[in-house]
Amino acid sequence: MSDHDYKPKSKVGQWFNDRLPLLTLANHLTDYPTPKNLNYWWTFGGILTFCLITQIVTGLTLAMHYIAHADMAFESVEHIMRDVNYGWLIRYIHANGASMFFLAVYIHIFRSLFYGSYKSPREIIWILGIIIYLLMMAAAFMGYVLPWGQMSFWGATVITNLFSAIPLVGEGIVTWLWGGYSVDNPTLTRFFTLHYLIPFLILGLVVLHIWALHVPGNNNPVGIDIKKPSKDTVPFHPYIVIKDGFALLMFMIVFAFFVFYAPNILGHADNYIEANPMVTPAHIVPEWYLLPFYAILRSVPDKLLGVVAMLSAILILAVLPWLDTSKIRSAVFRPLYKQFYWILVADVLILGYVGAMPAEGLYLLIARVATAYYFLHFLVILPVLGFKEKTLPVPLSITEPVLGGSPNLATARNKESKIE
Amino acid sequence: MSEKKTKRRDFLFTATTAVGAVGAAAVVWPMIDQMNPDASVKALASTEVDVSSLTPGNTLTVLWRGKPVFIRRRTQEEIDEARSVKMEDLIHPEKDEDRAKNPEWLVMLGVCTHLGCVPLNDKGDYNGWFCPCHGSHYDTSGRIRKGPAPWNMEVPKYEFVNANTIKIG
Repeated sequence: MSDHDYKPKSKVGQWFNDRLPLLTLANHLTDYPTPKNLNYWWTFGGILTFCLITQIVTGLTLAMHYIAHADMAFESVEHIMRDVNYGWLIRYIHANGASMFFLAVYIHIFRSLFYGSYKSPREIIWILGIIIYLLMMAAAFMGYVLPWGQMSFWGATVITNLFSAIPLVGEGIVTWLWGGYSVDNPTLTRFFTLHYLIPFLILGLVVLHIWALHVPGNNNPVGIDIKKPSKDTVPFHPYIVIKDGFALLMFMIVFAFFVFYAPNILGHADNYIEANPMVTPAHIVPEWYLLPFYAILRSVPDKLLGVVAMLSAILILAVLPWLDTSKIRSAVFRPLYKQFYWILVADVLILGYVGAMPAEGLYLLIARVATAYYFLHFLVILPVLGFKEKTLPVPLSITEPVLGGSPNLATARNKESKIE
Repeated sequence: MSEKKTKRRDFLFTATTAVGAVGAAAVVWPMIDQMNPDASVKALASTEVDVSSLTPGNTLTVLWRGKPVFIRRRTQEEIDEARSVKMEDLIHPEKDEDRAKNPEWLVMLGVCTHLGCVPLNDKGDYNGWFCPCHGSHYDTSGRIRKGPAPWNMEVPKYEFVNANTIKIG
């Protein structure tokens, strides 16, 4: 890489860069060699950065008007909606922004699952990503509590009560989390503090995530190691910048649709009723992005084991690089894995659906089967598949399948022979 | 083999680390403990309720420590039902005699022991309470009979100050 040889053109630039090599960093970022076959599934990293910045900026402006007090929080949110200049816009962007953030992160995660981006040498990037995802869930949960509506209050009650499942110390931990004997003002003020803090922790982790990415470089749809820079790569600027920018604009159309045309469709009407500790809403449902895990929690009839299953469902992802024993990264060359991948996608969507439904009868049965399959996929299918699966031949470079007209070498060769 | 002798520098290193660790722990504890219930929250630990208006078969719900407390004046039928249950049929075996010292009055936290929702009155398969969140059924003594909740609804410390007043806490 040419990073270390970089010399700024101007004298001032050189003087500055000798003292703080920021220009070297900027040069590294613009020249960063990127596989030339990256498809649009690779644009979600940029989209996620946009989502994070959007949440931080709208969050800061909302915090100028919001009052974190059990007696005033609900009214202050209505005040933002009705009185504050463009308050409705900022709040709707922030509330729907959380959903857009999760939409993008799920696509980003499933992109990695399909193309094996979590495999060696990218395990640290993947684990940092899982930590970011966990922090996102914590931030989203605490943010949802702040408007102090019925769903805020009872969502906070149910989720904090998960800790009471821990033997012996559970009740003490819950009281400590609440700062009292129920969810109340002390809970609200600490949730606000942490909700404010977490995005900046995420920002720091994003820097590490990208740093770790820039060591081995991007994975790519073919999933092979490439020489950098070579004829298999293009510089990040302008090629990827433009591609990311275009994808971001498309994404913003979807974002804007929710903000302007359906700002409450992803929320619950119950949250426009002020928190009431005496009455539980008939049907408590978390936000859509947490539903699969909620379904797993409810599918286990035991309280402690339900919580353990739910946490395991997330944490199992952290050890995925070691559960998947296949040396081949991309599902393009793994005919069996490709099918199991889509079954997993369907499984998670089914879990999300039954998570929104009452936990009884057929829904409960489906939830149990889907939960069992989720763990089966990671704990049995993936480890075994690495040994049993007959993978397709992998091309030696990106250029080879591109010139052959197909990412699949066998098909490409077939085509060539037919032409002859 | 080279003999390892404890030097002045080793001593300083160990002593500094030890003092530093103790100091850090001493500073961390206040940071953690500040999140526990404060003096003003603890001060609200008891409440007195006038129950003179409550007729048999009705429930009064009052707020105590931010949580609802059910005060049920039970009918003879409900008492008989609660007292006739066999201990082996219970998930969390507790005698009704221990839960309601005065059989007519059942006082308990109206909090489902699963994940903390407020169960609904006069509902469920056992004529007691039913939690709408995850489907726990409680009997006329507030004992868990069916569903994911692990324990019976908690009976708080309470006493009759006089015939018409209950002091909770």
